[in-house]
Amino acid sequence: MTDDTTLLANDNATRHATGDGEADVLVRRATANDLPLVIELDGDNTGLHKPDYWGETFHETERHPGQHFLIAESASSDHEFLGFIVGEVRAWEFGSRPCGWILTIGVVHERRVAGVGSALFDAICERFAADGVKTVRTMLARHDQLNMSFFRSQGMMAGSFIELEKPID
Amino acid sequence: MKLQKATRYGLYAVLELAANPDEQLSAADIAAAYGISGNHLAKVLRDLGRAGLVDSARGAGGGYRFSGNARRVTLLDVISLFEDISSDTGSGDGADTEIGRALDLVLGEIDDIARATFGSITIETLLKTMRWRQEREARAAAPDLASPG
Ligand SMILES: CC(C)(COP(=O)(O)OP(=O)(O)OC[C@H]1O[C@@H](n2cnc3c(N)ncnc32)[C@H](O)[C@@H]1OP(=O)(O)O)[C@@H](O)C(=O)NCCC(=O)NCCS
Repeated sequence: MTDDTTLLANDNATRHATGDGEADVLVRRATANDLPLVIELDGDNTGLHKPDYWGETFHETERHPGQHFLIAESASSDHEFLGFIVGEVRAWEFGSRPCGWILTIGVVHERRVAGVGSALFDAICERFAADGVKTVRTMLARHDQLNMSFFRSQGMMAGSFIELEKPID
Repeated sequence: MKLQKATRYGLYAVLELAANPDEQLSAADIAAAYGISGNHLAKVLRDLGRAGLVDSARGAGGGYRFSGNARRVTLLDVISLFEDISSDTGSGDGADTEIGRALDLVLGEIDDIARATFGSITIETLLKTMRWRQEREARAAAPDLASPG
């Protein structure tokens, strides 16, 4: 859905037109001020309130190139918080060439199905491409229909790895 | 994975009509495009019509149109009209044995993945993915024409 991306001077923020007459979305790096809204949205999505985890994630992504913590906000003057995405480049895990991993994504409920998730996805893929990787990957619960449909709609398909597990009690 | 003939024809019809939303196509048009039996396809189109996925316009020049929501109808929705893709684990000869149950666990795992896959791919996503692939192939075939933006 994202059909226009213009690099802005501000901290590599990217502007994404969401189409269908929706307002443009600005995607930029997270700042510490964004954390309360991220923690609240993630808490809604996952049912878990984890401020320490998000504090650590933020500081890690600040320190390491190849780690991305991005915020989507409305491009209008109110800069309304719309959602976030976190991902990182991982190299040689499971013998895999370096690739970009999307670790989590969230869009505020009232702003869903309006292209915000797609704008976040496009923005992180641009950053991964700038990091020099050619593949983006994520891991999903098989029955998580919403996230499965979303990532499929971005053109993602099953890769060549498969997750295996076993209880060890 | 092998789908029954009617299921495959149903998917062809739905995808062909959804890919051409401004056109009305007859059973013969679609059958010719895929090299399949027109009679068999006509029956499949009636089933799709009953399920509300296609509309038929009567009279000269009449044909079929996709009438579902391409962004929400999944491949599983179409497949389920024609066949049940879950294997019948837990029944049949030998199913109620240790080996039968262990085997069913593996078959169930495969079924589960198949259902989750078909259930997460909408008609729109499949068409979009097809277009992306075509564009990538075209770029790879003519790299000089690829514009950096
Ligand atoms: C998944 C999510 C990020 C999608 O964000 P979004 O802004 O609504 O996504 P978009 O508007 O860009 O949608 C893109 C496509 O995804 C698919 N999609 C999104 N929401 C969908 C829904 N409710 N049902 C079916 N498909 C859907 C559609 O194909 C859609 O394209 P369309 O608008 O042309 O139909 C959002 O729903 C969300 O935050 N969900 C909770 C995430 C979560 O659980 N996070 C924790 C674990 S990672």
